Amino acid sequence: MRKVVLFAPLIVFVVVGSFFAWGLTRDPSRIPSQLIDRPLPEFDLPAIQGFSEGLSTEDFKGQVTLLNVFASWCVSCHIEHPLLMELAAKGDIPIYGLNWKEKPGDGKAWLDRLGNPYSMIGDDRQGRVAIDLGVTGAPETFVVDKGGRVRYVFIGPITQRSWEETLAPLIEELRKS
Amino acid sequence: MTSEIGHFALILAFMTAIAQAVSLFIGVNSGDGRFSVFGQRASIVIFALAALSFGCLMHAFGTSDFSVVNVFENSHSAKPFIYKLTGTWGNHEGSMLLWVLILTLFSAMLAAQGRAAPAKLHMLTLGVQALIITAFIAFILFTSNPFERLFPAPPDGTGLNPLLQDPGLAIHPPFLYLGYVGFSIPFSFAVAALVLGKADSVWGRLVRPWALAAWTFLTIGIALGSWWAYYELGWGGWWAWDPVENASFMPWLAGTALIHSVRVVERRDALKGWAILLAIATFSLSLVGTFLVRSGVLTSVHAFAVDPARGVFILAILVLAIGGALTVYALRASALTPTGRFEPVSREGGLILNNVFLLAACAVVFFGTFYPLFIDVLTGDKITVLAPYFNLIFPPITFLAMAFAAFGTLLAWKRADANSILRKMIPAAAAALVAAVIVLVIADRARALGAFSIMMVIWLAGGALTEIAQRIKLFGGSFGDTLSRARGLPAAAWGSTLAHLGLALFAFGAAGISLWKSEEVVLMAEGDISEVAGYAVTLKSVERLRGPNYEAERATFSAAKGGESFTLSGERRFYPIRQMETSEAAIRAHGVGDLYISFGENTSGRGWPVRLFYNPFVGCLWWGAGLTAFGGLVAFGDRGRKPARLKRKKPAPAGSAEAAPA
Repeated sequence: MRKVVLFAPLIVFVVVGSFFAWGLTRDPSRIPSQLIDRPLPEFDLPAIQGFSEGLSTEDFKGQVTLLNVFASWCVSCHIEHPLLMELAAKGDIPIYGLNWKEKPGDGKAWLDRLGNPYSMIGDDRQGRVAIDLGVTGAPETFVVDKGGRVRYVFIGPITQRSWEETLAPLIEELRKS
Repeated sequence: MTSEIGHFALILAFMTAIAQAVSLFIGVNSGDGRFSVFGQRASIVIFALAALSFGCLMHAFGTSDFSVVNVFENSHSAKPFIYKLTGTWGNHEGSMLLWVLILTLFSAMLAAQGRAAPAKLHMLTLGVQALIITAFIAFILFTSNPFERLFPAPPDGTGLNPLLQDPGLAIHPPFLYLGYVGFSIPFSFAVAALVLGKADSVWGRLVRPWALAAWTFLTIGIALGSWWAYYELGWGGWWAWDPVENASFMPWLAGTALIHSVRVVERRDALKGWAILLAIATFSLSLVGTFLVRSGVLTSVHAFAVDPARGVFILAILVLAIGGALTVYALRASALTPTGRFEPVSREGGLILNNVFLLAACAVVFFGTFYPLFIDVLTGDKITVLAPYFNLIFPPITFLAMAFAAFGTLLAWKRADANSILRKMIPAAAAALVAAVIVLVIADRARALGAFSIMMVIWLAGGALTEIAQRIKLFGGSFGDTLSRARGLPAAAWGSTLAHLGLALFAFGAAGISLWKSEEVVLMAEGDISEVAGYAVTLKSVERLRGPNYEAERATFSAAKGGESFTLSGERRFYPIRQMETSEAAIRAHGVGDLYISFGENTSGRGWPVRLFYNPFVGCLWWGAGLTAFGGLVAFGDRGRKPARLKRKKPAPAGSAEAAPA
């Protein structure tokens, strides 16, 4: 009996170790989106105050696009903003904005001050569409293919590095297909 | 060129460590003295090589040699020189090299200590150390080489993480590593003892100073880390139960159990299998902590660059080191038979109880830290375990541990008289009750919990003081007698008293800040006044300024209470090179605690979101932790070369005889 007890620490370690090994195959910061490879949920959002055009699911058809969830109250969006401006200036890919839970007028004020990288913006004041999209926080960026299907969800501010290493190659590939 | 020298020195150290391990194991088996002499000297050589290697990397950082990838990625010419140097270990590769440097330093010290230990035990221990060194240098060479070159050399670096440009964070990792790595020596001693099938009081005496030294460093390291988080992260707290914090706390808890039970081995020649298991567990938890930080299996605010190859490599080290040691334990531990008899009411009995509490606490932290991983693997759900779990379960265990720790030190070895000890504790109990009543009367909230917490704190401190008072006959003996007894008291006794007092002080601070913290969140424009804990705080001005490598907003506040007023200022810094923001909270010690103010961004144009805290007794946290570490240091000074029985028969030292009255 005593001999068996002596094996207990080893057994505990083997169990914990196998969890570790398994855990290595997963990325804890990526919450798997239910939307991957599914069409965008249907929506038809009004324009934000100060703009005339809204944003609807139809706008995504025919080309590879980015849908960026943003808000003026979101600190990380400020950090991400210069990169979006850069992308918009290059004009490679249309960036659509989903202005999330914003007070009327705040969105426009923010864009007026820092510049507007979005070709179209929808006002999701109640956050309903964000719920359909499974948004966990802002900023969050969806890569949508020509057929209007979500192909990738990027959580957090896009950095130069993640753009070059992850998003840009993916977009390139989606364009070819 | 220096970079290549550093790389080459590291490869040479790797080869030497392999040769050392082989020759030591041959030496143990064959008894050929030449192998063991080589094995011992090799330790010194390996340390010299590791130091050279580390020196070369530091040189590359100091001279901003951007042709080295590591320097390019983690440094910048616009950084203050001191942070260029500390940047050497402010990144994954460099910090692993520091880890190896410390590991080889300890091995070299162990090799130099040769004559104190039985030859076979010493050689085997060094041999196990050599294996650990080999594994970690291999990890650096194959997955995390800090000496890689970049051609052509870029004109400037991409900047050090601004969070690391801070004295607190520059010095706390080395202390943590001294702790983590220090526990490798008890681990190696444990494995060696298992292989030899022999652990006795000599073994205990050899292991204890190493365990104590490692524990003291770890205590300092954790306290510095917590202090840094308190003033730098701007959230007003000092401990968040973040996975990386837990990773350092688990070995601390296991190590605390270890330093207590090694004492039992040393004094009573009992509890050997247990102490050995603890020595293995403590270093294993240090390794697990490394795995946790470097592999990215859990998300954390401290996350280093995540690279799956590194995770796999560290997991392999984990499996070999921990799995190997525990296999040896399973097969050999039955060979260790206790010689001492065991009474439940005795110092050793009390120490076992202490171990149970500490390990229960450690298990709680372990489970809470890895629960998200377990759930993810089992069900695929992503969850996080937040502070409430820990705050609910941890304090009761701590209170139990404190309740018993108070009189554990009063118990005599072998067999103690429970009644007389309870009688001795009457003053401490009375003081604790009085303190509880005082809290009930003066506290403005959390009365019951506060009274209970403070009662436990005073009880613990009272127990520590009672023990020392009794041993030096503070009451009842003459002054000279007391003085001579105080001098004759072993350093270990002073150390444990100081450490327990430190713990009580720390617990006082922890209780104070968690029960009586005041917090306000307000939107303030310039000139606005708000109130926290009786302080009228005015936001006087917010100005933009430009630092050496950051842009900042500085807010100046003035605070007034009871006719006294002072100003304090905090900053929010933005580092464009890394696109990162940091905050420097406005902190001012006043009264019994800190007035602590952090502020956010004025996004609405109507004002800044300001968080005002009053953190009472927060200073006790740092002083308490410091006192605890100092206790460890004092106990470390106790070599305990002579068993207690012999010591008592010796004539009193000359110094104390003079002090005695004629």
